[in-house]
Amino acid sequence: MPENVVVVGAGQAGSELATTLRQRGWSGGITLIGDEVSPPYQRPPLSKGFLLGKLSREKLYLKPAATYERFNIALRLGTWAETIDRAAKELVVSDGSRLPYDKLVLATGGRARRLTLPGVDVDQLDNLFTLRRIDDVDALRPHFVPGRKLVLIGGGYVGLEIAAVATQLDLDVTVVEAAPRLLARVTGPEVSGFLEDVHRSHGVRFRLAATVADVAVDASGHRVTGVEVSASGVVERLDAGLVLVGIGMEPNTHLASAAGLEVDNGIVVDEFARTSDPDILAIGDCANQPSAYAGRRIRLESAPNAIEHAKVCAATILGRPQASTATPWFWSEQYDLKLQMVGLSAGHDRCITRGGTGTAMSAFYLTGDRIVAADVISRPADFATARQLVTSGRPVDPERLADSEIPLAQAAL
Amino acid sequence: MPKITFIEDDGTEHAVEAGADESVMQAAMDNLVPGIVAECGGYANCATCHVYVDPEWADKLPAPEEAEEVMIEAAFDVRPTSRLSCQVQVTEDTDGLIVQLPASQTGA
Repeated sequence: MPENVVVVGAGQAGSELATTLRQRGWSGGITLIGDEVSPPYQRPPLSKGFLLGKLSREKLYLKPAATYERFNIALRLGTWAETIDRAAKELVVSDGSRLPYDKLVLATGGRARRLTLPGVDVDQLDNLFTLRRIDDVDALRPHFVPGRKLVLIGGGYVGLEIAAVATQLDLDVTVVEAAPRLLARVTGPEVSGFLEDVHRSHGVRFRLAATVADVAVDASGHRVTGVEVSASGVVERLDAGLVLVGIGMEPNTHLASAAGLEVDNGIVVDEFARTSDPDILAIGDCANQPSAYAGRRIRLESAPNAIEHAKVCAATILGRPQASTATPWFWSEQYDLKLQMVGLSAGHDRCITRGGTGTAMSAFYLTGDRIVAADVISRPADFATARQLVTSGRPVDPERLADSEIPLAQAAL
Repeated sequence: MPKITFIEDDGTEHAVEAGADESVMQAAMDNLVPGIVAECGGYANCATCHVYVDPEWADKLPAPEEAEEVMIEAAFDVRPTSRLSCQVQVTEDTDGLIVQLPASQTGA
């Protein structure tokens, strides 16, 4: 008798799991539940080409809705999970129905972290936004008008991508970042400085090591007119016609924790994507997984991880469990720069760069004589090689690595 | 609608009808053809939609742009007929296109 797989979350991980199961011959039922009304779509372009208006909505969709129908994948959009009845092995969904499952997969993703300020209800503010979903872009795009003063809270990748788009659309952009440099959690100072210079050359202003102390609102109480930032004890008011908050995401773990599953910075899973209940699995942004690459538990927020983790999960469900050996990687686009990042640089002991021309550079993060991570800006050939060097763990010669005249592959010992 | 045939490393063929104005990668995604991973979603940022274009077709397609050429180097087992399928557009002229899928992408 065929079994039922129910997937909570119709993002990239959930969609990939459903289609991978079918590709690999799963003949049982597959139900994909998503609280958004769009069919599964790519999130990365939301803060890039889609916000800029050069990419249509349909181009975001991973597949046309008809594909799911054709392959007998039940898509239940605009629907969300209420609770998991683990004893009955049923998922209770928002329309009151109960879906029996043999395997339940939580691909619940995350939500944009909200700005919290004493005495301020951000839900009441009509010109303050976060950006995580298509709806968010639809809501904020009418505010992207030339000359408008945009205060962007958060200097991470999403914040910088939005800054680049807004600048190209002739908004007046100021980025407020709590750390003393951009991308402080994920890159070295060399890359932070490079990108700061690029953004400044396009007219973006920065307030670094600055925290948001308060927002000023107009008489209606619904419109932000200014953002008060505090840096080194000095408070400054930035005029704002539009505020975007890009301070990261929080994994959606409530459903799992309410069901008594282990949660610790995400839903805790083993190397085969299984939670503490063997019939419930978790994948993608919401999952805290052991990483063979990192040698520790990590939670990754990325599309490549969503795809890779879905494939691990599919293999487990199909009874051929196989742990991932993938090296994490990420990408970004800002102006005409192509940023490609491989590995996790945390814990490196030195950074070696090559290029650094103002329009391109590569930064290699080393532990001992091995490259553990690399940030490559508009030098895609370096990225291709760096990916192989990080994955293989081959030792490199630091002097050859630093010499742009020597092909990167020849830096390997 | 232009037809494309994808051939897995083990010889399994997938003949699909592609929509106009989409990439060969998207045609594979739309039809659940295995072996096109497409991690970056179609922007020549990775090399997980690598295909070998049938030799009969290799010269009939527009040549790759630089972004594609350098990323192909990141793929496994690169051959003269290697392309990133996200960068190959489906047109009426590609009706009947045949591409082979690398073994590295089809492994379960």
